Amino acid sequence: MGVGGKRAFPRQRRWGSRLRMDVYLPIANLSVNGLFIVCLGFLTGILSGLFGVGGGFLTTPLLIFYGIPPTVAAASAATQVTGASISGVIAHGRRKGVDYRMGAVMVGGGIIGALFGAALFRLLQALGQIDVVINILYVVMLGSIGTLMMREAFESLSASKGQKDAAPRKRRHHPLVAGLPFRTRFYASGLYISPIAPLVLGVIVGVLTMLMGVGGGFILVPAMLYILGMSGNVVVGTSLFQILFVTMVTTMTHALTTKAVDIILAGLLLLGSVMGAQFGTQIALKARPEVLRIVLAAIVIAVALRMLYGLGVQPDEIYTVSPL
Amino acid sequence: MTARTRSILSAISLLVAAPFLMGQSEPVLVPEVSQSRIEVRQGFTGANLLLYGAVIDPRGPANTRDYDIAVVLKGPAEPIRLREKERMAGIWMNAGANDFRSAPSFFAVASSKPIPEIVDPRTAAIYELGTEFIQLSPTGQIEPEEQARYASGLVEMRERLGLYKQNPQGVRISEGVLYQARITLPSNVTTGQYTAETFAIANGRVVASATADIEVVKVGLEGSVVYASQQWALFYGLGAIALSLGMGWIAGQAFSKL
Repeated sequence: MGVGGKRAFPRQRRWGSRLRMDVYLPIANLSVNGLFIVCLGFLTGILSGLFGVGGGFLTTPLLIFYGIPPTVAAASAATQVTGASISGVIAHGRRKGVDYRMGAVMVGGGIIGALFGAALFRLLQALGQIDVVINILYVVMLGSIGTLMMREAFESLSASKGQKDAAPRKRRHHPLVAGLPFRTRFYASGLYISPIAPLVLGVIVGVLTMLMGVGGGFILVPAMLYILGMSGNVVVGTSLFQILFVTMVTTMTHALTTKAVDIILAGLLLLGSVMGAQFGTQIALKARPEVLRIVLAAIVIAVALRMLYGLGVQPDEIYTVSPL
Repeated sequence: MTARTRSILSAISLLVAAPFLMGQSEPVLVPEVSQSRIEVRQGFTGANLLLYGAVIDPRGPANTRDYDIAVVLKGPAEPIRLREKERMAGIWMNAGANDFRSAPSFFAVASSKPIPEIVDPRTAAIYELGTEFIQLSPTGQIEPEEQARYASGLVEMRERLGLYKQNPQGVRISEGVLYQARITLPSNVTTGQYTAETFAIANGRVVASATADIEVVKVGLEGSVVYASQQWALFYGLGAIALSLGMGWIAGQAFSKL
């Protein structure tokens, strides 16, 4: 993969200069190479189909590096994630890979979180600290989750290699979750736990969706596996189900408050990502889950490190303009 | 067309009236713009604006003096807050800020010679001939040096974005009568009313000036998108959601059949 990537890169760049499709983005207020945006969408689409993450954690920073205003990037990426997850939800739903009951509880929490996040977004924007908060959130969230996932994945990988007939890792939820009241049965997830745990998880992810322009799948998937202890075969589908609804609410909130949803930008991203998502789902059926988790962890850590670097190094532009 | 007729008419009336009004031989500028309306539509990558015209000396073409021409093109001004990042506890974050009540969204100066060679700094400041002379109207209580630092920070930042620029060789004068200047607008320009001011300068003094208006508007699909996002935010949001659901669903259907 590394060699292939290296070889493909210069070719990609030459293509980039030859194959241009100038598209004017009316809300972002600038002209971009449409093919680049479609390719970016395709890449995140593959991630979404593979791992059940929306790919927003990759789209938003890359759009910002490309010169799209941060708010427009976050708002339009949320819209794109909706489209990338619907095909995933349908694909996983067909294979009974969605726990709708669990999903509904998390969606409820997600909507509360998104609305709370919108208020927080406005407050931080007024203080002029929204960018640095978003960056720190990226570093902390992605860094810690990436490291956690990497360690877990390596442990399970070496365990399965070492002794072939070893008993499978016992699924169990976090002791904190076990202590909560109103226990309910979630059959598809194979759980008998309090709905408060997934609700709180939903709220946290909803806030992050609004602030970071991400679907929150990279937090949901590990949290569902390691905190709730959900059955592995419904994790991806249920996570996509939650993301689908929360990103719809986020798009709506952005459309009504920041007015930063660029429908042309979202359309281009979607064009790539809906195709990518289908490929991702196909690959996910064939690949080993441990290996997939290592790859996802590596991508998550890489983005976190890039963000950390961005915080510590003097930015190219130390001034920013905001309208009064 | 109407703008051209109007400017020709005004030039003629000025020509007729000038000797009576001033009783002396001040030249008259007749400016023209290649487009009085720039339409931002799909595929817009910027616009090339040609500002041209003539300097008419009432004493006749035989008496044409040596003029220099400067053209200032300004976009709509907006009140803004400029924030400055500083390293605090190891990370770069916004620290100070300064407000400007009238920062033009676009500012370009083109002249036939470098500005310092044709006018003194005072005159240049009066007519805003140069990016260092933009009247930004800073507000806030901070000291003048601080304000100057913020102002130059804003100008340099917008110069890097291609929104503020000056070209000391941007105006070509032929036969001492006709001039032409070319100014490029990048794709990230703000829409609204732009004004192009043309100054004829002789012996360090502005002897004639004229203004032309240029309108930058979003039209077609781009215009409707902006309008809808502002006026019909609810339906715009629903539309965006419907688009993403529709595209995702269609792709899902198409691939499952393969």
